[in-house]
Amino acid sequence: MLELPREMVDQILAHARRDHPDECCGVIAGKAGLPTRLFEMDNADRSPTGFSFDSAQWLTVYRQIDDADEQQLVVYHSHTATEGYPSRTDALWSTNTEFEHWLVVSTRSDEDEVRSFTITDGVIVEEQLTIT
Amino acid sequence: MFTDAVTPSFTGDTAVMAIDVRIPTILRAYTGGEKAVEGKGDTLLGLIDDLDSRHAGLKGRLLTEEGKLHRFVNVYVNDEDVRFLGSLETPIKDGDSVTVLPAVAGG
Repeated sequence: MLELPREMVDQILAHARRDHPDECCGVIAGKAGLPTRLFEMDNADRSPTGFSFDSAQWLTVYRQIDDADEQQLVVYHSHTATEGYPSRTDALWSTNTEFEHWLVVSTRSDEDEVRSFTITDGVIVEEQLTIT
Repeated sequence: MFTDAVTPSFTGDTAVMAIDVRIPTILRAYTGGEKAVEGKGDTLLGLIDDLDSRHAGLKGRLLTEEGKLHRFVNVYVNDEDVRFLGSLETPIKDGDSVTVLPAVAGG
């Protein structure tokens, strides 16, 4: 289960709409499973079908999270033409990253779609997203 | 066989310093849980070989079977991504700092 404040979800949705038709991406840091702060990341791919963190920016953000003894709680990104469900590429990359939750937003329609998942050894499991 | 690279050795008046290498959580299984280790080498590849001699398996997580830097990792020398330097041939000298991070991407 993932619990996020409404303002963080709104910020992610706004980020996704702003970057559409390209995918957006970002990070939520946390402590003891609870979100602390959000980092909007640049999608170095600037692509409607993929994302990758800008490497220099990621180094800066990773250090801030590490220095504050926070955890890499959530990685979020958007899908711009398909549903908010992790792709095969997401499942592949997830095995290599340290995030506990994968949040996927879809901007394929005007309707807001945001869903949360855990991906363990490539196995995708949807989980409850509670917006407070 | 291998000397402990953590201990500085001295050649004449010059201290031979090691290279500080930051290891991300996901690879700390190879370093006994340590978030930083030290190593030596003239190039990034030399450093990785040196690290692998004490932290067996690390090289296999950083390099592909073809011996190229894996796309799943970012390696920085003094905060510069080595993909913009010389990749595995990036020259390294004592006192440099190397940071390894998981690259983050998806589709």
